Amino acid sequence: MTTTTDSQTPVAVDPNLVTVTIDGIETAVPKGTLIIRAAEEIGIAIPRFCDHPLLKPVGACRQCLVDVAMPDREGNVRPMPKPQPSCAMEVSPGMVVHTQKTSAVAAKAQHGVMELLLINHPLDCPTCDKGGECPLQNQALSDGRATSRFTDVKRTFAKPLKISTQILLDRERCILCQRCTRFSKEIAGDQFIDLQKRGASQQIGRFDEDVLGFAPLGDATVGPAAEDESGRAFASYWSGNTVQICPVGALTSAAYRFRSRPFDLVSTEAVAEHDANGSAIRIDHRRGTVMRRLAGDDPVVNEEWISDKDRFAFHWQTAPDRLTHPLVRDRAEDGTRGELRTASWAEALEVAATALAAARDAGGVGVLPGGRLTIEDAYAYGKLARTALGTNDIDHRARPASAEEESFLGHAVAGHGIDVTFGDLEKAPAVLLVGFEPEEEGGIVFLRLRKGTQAGRTRVWSLAPFATRGLERLDGTLVPTAPGLESEVVDALATGTDEPSLAALREALGAQGALVLVGERLASVPGSLSAVLRLTAATGARLAWIPRRIGERAGVEMGTLPGLLPGGRPVSDAAARVDIAAAWDVTELPTAPGRDTDGILAALAARELRGVVVGGVELGDLTDPVAARAALEAADVVVSLEVRASEVTDLADVVLPVAPPAEKSGSYLNWEGRVRAFRQALESHALPDHRVLDELARHLGTDLGARDGNVLRKEIDQLGAWDGERVAAPATEAVAPAAVAPGTAVLASWHLQLDAGRGQDGEPFLAGTARKAVARLSAATAEAAGVADGGVLRVSTGAGRIELPAVVTDMPDHVVWLPTNSPGSAVRAALGVLPGAVVQITAGTVTTTEEA
Amino acid sequence: MTENPKKPGPIAEMLAPVAGFGVTFANLFRPVVTEQYPFEKVPTKPRYHGRHQLNRYPDGLEKCIGCELCAWACPADAIYVEGGDNADLPEGAHVSPGERYGRVYQINYLRCIFCGLCIEACPTRALTMTNDYELAGPTREGMIFEKDDLLAPLREGMLAGPHPMVEGTEDLEYYRGEITGPTQAQVDWVRERRPDDASLDAAAKATVAAPDANGGTR
Ligand code: SF4
Ligand code: SF4
Ligand code: SF4
Ligand code: FES
Repeated sequence: MTTTTDSQTPVAVDPNLVTVTIDGIETAVPKGTLIIRAAEEIGIAIPRFCDHPLLKPVGACRQCLVDVAMPDREGNVRPMPKPQPSCAMEVSPGMVVHTQKTSAVAAKAQHGVMELLLINHPLDCPTCDKGGECPLQNQALSDGRATSRFTDVKRTFAKPLKISTQILLDRERCILCQRCTRFSKEIAGDQFIDLQKRGASQQIGRFDEDVLGFAPLGDATVGPAAEDESGRAFASYWSGNTVQICPVGALTSAAYRFRSRPFDLVSTEAVAEHDANGSAIRIDHRRGTVMRRLAGDDPVVNEEWISDKDRFAFHWQTAPDRLTHPLVRDRAEDGTRGELRTASWAEALEVAATALAAARDAGGVGVLPGGRLTIEDAYAYGKLARTALGTNDIDHRARPASAEEESFLGHAVAGHGIDVTFGDLEKAPAVLLVGFEPEEEGGIVFLRLRKGTQAGRTRVWSLAPFATRGLERLDGTLVPTAPGLESEVVDALATGTDEPSLAALREALGAQGALVLVGERLASVPGSLSAVLRLTAATGARLAWIPRRIGERAGVEMGTLPGLLPGGRPVSDAAARVDIAAAWDVTELPTAPGRDTDGILAALAARELRGVVVGGVELGDLTDPVAARAALEAADVVVSLEVRASEVTDLADVVLPVAPPAEKSGSYLNWEGRVRAFRQALESHALPDHRVLDELARHLGTDLGARDGNVLRKEIDQLGAWDGERVAAPATEAVAPAAVAPGTAVLASWHLQLDAGRGQDGEPFLAGTARKAVARLSAATAEAAGVADGGVLRVSTGAGRIELPAVVTDMPDHVVWLPTNSPGSAVRAALGVLPGAVVQITAGTVTTTEEA
Repeated sequence: MTENPKKPGPIAEMLAPVAGFGVTFANLFRPVVTEQYPFEKVPTKPRYHGRHQLNRYPDGLEKCIGCELCAWACPADAIYVEGGDNADLPEGAHVSPGERYGRVYQINYLRCIFCGLCIEACPTRALTMTNDYELAGPTREGMIFEKDDLLAPLREGMLAGPHPMVEGTEDLEYYRGEITGPTQAQVDWVRERRPDDASLDAAAKATVAAPDANGGTR
């Protein structure tokens, strides 16, 4: 509405508003509003099935029929001859709508549709997983007939049909609303199911010859389904959303099959922990056991969608190897480790504190908190390191990391608050992805980008060795880049280039709202992050750093990096140190430059550091897992704070169990910098990290003040962001790429969304929907290595080898791609190298195909 | 107040102190109504709401499908059910016909008020009430009856589950009452896997033919 200064004139009517009358109530709604939404706004509920606010209208189910009348050219309001679907019709000026509440015609039409829908419906609600929360059940009761007039034989189908290991389809229950297929097509871009056949036998399904009833076409005519190395053409990372939006029990998940009923579930709003988005979820538990997780509704973050990983991977929190009691290991005189034994908290803390104090005084203690912490936990780690342990040797990056990355984070990320948001992703005219694979590493980021590209607003470019299926679904443009050459290409973009495709990209990045998204992988490409900063400075594009783990941004902001204090304060800045020292009530903070993850491990191995506090760190994720193991073995004391037993537990002297996300409250910080607070879902005796650290510090004679998360949050808020000088931008030189001799190739690698990560343990149905691990290389490279498409490729280094089926892909020559941590392909553990390294490639032995 | 018109005569007045005994003496010669429980157990009325029972089909499969509707209906929150998937059982075995079965079934008799709403809710007539009223015990835990305590005993000729459904049938045939006993195939299946099953011999004598797969319904 426009407000006028002159009070005499009536309030001008916004030309974008349309006035309609629904059930006798006049209302003004924006142009283009659907009748069903307009009715909702004035509290009139029209029954519906296919309508979904985030999907395009189709009018497939006809349950929402209403009586509509519109003014004709002379202005006489004329009723339309037949009831109209309110979910597919936009309001027009002067429209008069009568819903089932005021129109017998509409009510009769709705009754008729309901009766029709139920004709072939099995009504096996007692067995149906949707029973009790089923829109069909509810609306059949509220808007349907009490008894059926149908006396014939119902159409039946075999049930259930396995669409994937996770998704089960009961075609009898399907009402053909096409929410699932529309989601797959419009939102995820994974058309793994579609409508098929006609009439009464019309059904949802995947392309299944048995169902469709014809002989398979020979191999010659059917090309390999795109990206179909899984052997299942229709596995999707987003399939769980179709289960949630199916208005009946036609789509159900194997994981939740027959598990519970809505009335025994207690729901808690929560935040998902599997990627850096912090998607809103709902945790449903029954008597202390989590039964399922659903997508929450958060328009600014994940809208109403979550990835299957966030939805289905939660059993890790209660896996059999969960640590429940503190453990202490006694060492013999000569330092050999004995067995771990259960201890009381008091004893374990005492032992840990004594040993840590001794190690601190003998050389120093490093802290490796891991990248999955909440704000409170990260802050407590940082405070512990810099007060009780008196060191800057702290780094949450349990992955390949570099000093360049640290400066980059201190310069361009820390203390910047919320800058680029999810909303910006879908509105950006141009998005450049560098070292970042949105679907595999970014989760919801991918859906938001796709929303923009589908709407025709956004164009995506990616600097990567090959176009992934995710990039194809973003209609993205690949800038073929061999690993290690990212800095070169970015610099070419920054300085301007004659190469026409790059010149077009550079121009696009100059547009208002253009974005550059970089992933954590760039840390292992020297010079690339420096080049990215030069690029954004040169083009004016905005920059977002999107790591894989939920705790990375919290770590950056809370100061669990060697050179950063909370709020982006540089350790090297005396004023910043004074600032924090005052807030923490200590005389001074350590000034000696800290070591990063690799530095801490090297110092432990060299016995410069004598002890280490380790949070949720998987050794296999580190740059060199073998060296990391040796480093922990060399330490005088290893204190581990973990949810589940891990490799670190085997080397730890004191193990302090901490609570998994469902058993604590806290706040994550997502990649945007948005605080994602969540409540405790389950009753539990397990303590969050910050409480354990508080106790540990107390035993070390320091008060962290970290007992209470709320108090901590207040302290953090009071500190705020640093308003002084930031860390200087990195200016690291690119390293010339290694020469590739015959029989070798440069390694490219990133994590797949569903892989061998321990967060997905105990989820066989989910694992079945993962993409199969394959090695990718170009036709010429494959030929040189003597491997045919589909044959086994052996990738080896001095440290070991990986054998995977080879898939010939359109990509630069002399490059081989492997998934970083998939079954049969643990790159860091097996090869001991990072992307960009030169590896040997040869034809592998056929016998190992099965393991892959 | 006027004078009582029925003033007793002098004889009645004389006997009044012992008149009460008349009732006593009269009753001495009437039949005894005291029930000699627990020495003598008197049957209840036929529709008395007693302990629950989980029924079986004539071939021995359980009727309960673990739908939790009884638990939902229960106003006292006395019932706890967890469902299971028959497809997860090995070698095509079934606990109940169809997809779903009751894996965990508990009734807490310290909560149950014997209202019978659960019986009304049960879609398969799995749950009924017996006339058994002897529901007392020394421990609280003991008053939570598990599925084993509630399951109807196998009648003569029933084959103990889990075993496959009658060949060529679906749950609908069971619901319609077309299953009248175990088939030879079911008996053979159990004999192969559990040769010592106590119900085998009786079931083998009581086998029936599988109902005709009647066209069209499934
Ligand atoms: S989809 Fe709904 S109405 Fe149909 S069987 Fe399931 S619960 Fe019942
Ligand atoms: S499976 Fe569900 S969502 Fe898909 S068309 Fe059928 S009813 Fe709709
Ligand atoms: S007893 Fe009946 S109502 Fe209860 S779970 Fe079993 S089938 Fe359902
Ligand atoms: S909700 Fe309108 S046609 Fe389905």
